[in-house]
Amino acid sequence: MTQRRDTLKWGALLPTALGIGALFTQEAQAFEKTAFEAKTWTDALKAMGVSSPTESKDLVLNCPDIAENGAVVPIAASCASPGVKKIIFLVDKNPSPLVAIFNVSEDILVNFSTRTKMSQTSDVMAVAVMQDGRALVSKKEIKVTLGGCGG
Amino acid sequence: MSDPMRIRAQSSAGQTTVRVLMSHEMETGLRKDAAGKTIPAWHIQEVVASLNGKQVFSAEWGTAVSKNPYLQFIIKGGKAGDKVSVTWRDTKGEQRTDEATVN
Repeated sequence: MTQRRDTLKWGALLPTALGIGALFTQEAQAFEKTAFEAKTWTDALKAMGVSSPTESKDLVLNCPDIAENGAVVPIAASCASPGVKKIIFLVDKNPSPLVAIFNVSEDILVNFSTRTKMSQTSDVMAVAVMQDGRALVSKKEIKVTLGGCGG
Repeated sequence: MSDPMRIRAQSSAGQTTVRVLMSHEMETGLRKDAAGKTIPAWHIQEVVASLNGKQVFSAEWGTAVSKNPYLQFIIKGGKAGDKVSVTWRDTKGEQRTDEATVN
């Protein structure tokens, strides 16, 4: 009998726990929302508390020189130096330059690939935010022959 | 409900390379439909991945990630038989989790 009561109690508690979990992530998103809505890449970085990144050879941005289709541009970044906290991808001339934020944990290598959309020929940037607050940047211009935004 | 993700996890030399193809429209909110009305933004906002139930990876995405997103990351450790699971959540609050076995 007690067992059944316990089950009932847990059944009632579980949705509350889930509700709190959902709330937390929503707050986290609201925090970076301004960054994702920023219209320039400097504003996007500022919204995340990153300022004046220095160019670095340790941070390697891997992407093509020319993208035939702006809707699918492969980008990849890896960083050799330790202590990276976040990798941020930005496309300078996109309507909203911030593409993605990758959080680095101790269980993964600083090596991410994805695909982005580009509206036009532009600089693409990978920014590495370090544990000590420094920021590294690596830039490359990608020529787009067919834009990937708009209908 | 959205289509399942395609997840491939391969381990070699003590590292596990995870490749994921998700199925999602990734609307930017800038496109217009035939009637000239703006199609509202609808994209994946949050991605998390775990190895054997322990979270190892998380990311936040904007509208500029391509339609049917591709993602690759490398987990330190992991061996054949381990389970990698990936979850995404979009701006409509919809979410999907899929799991793959490392080989």
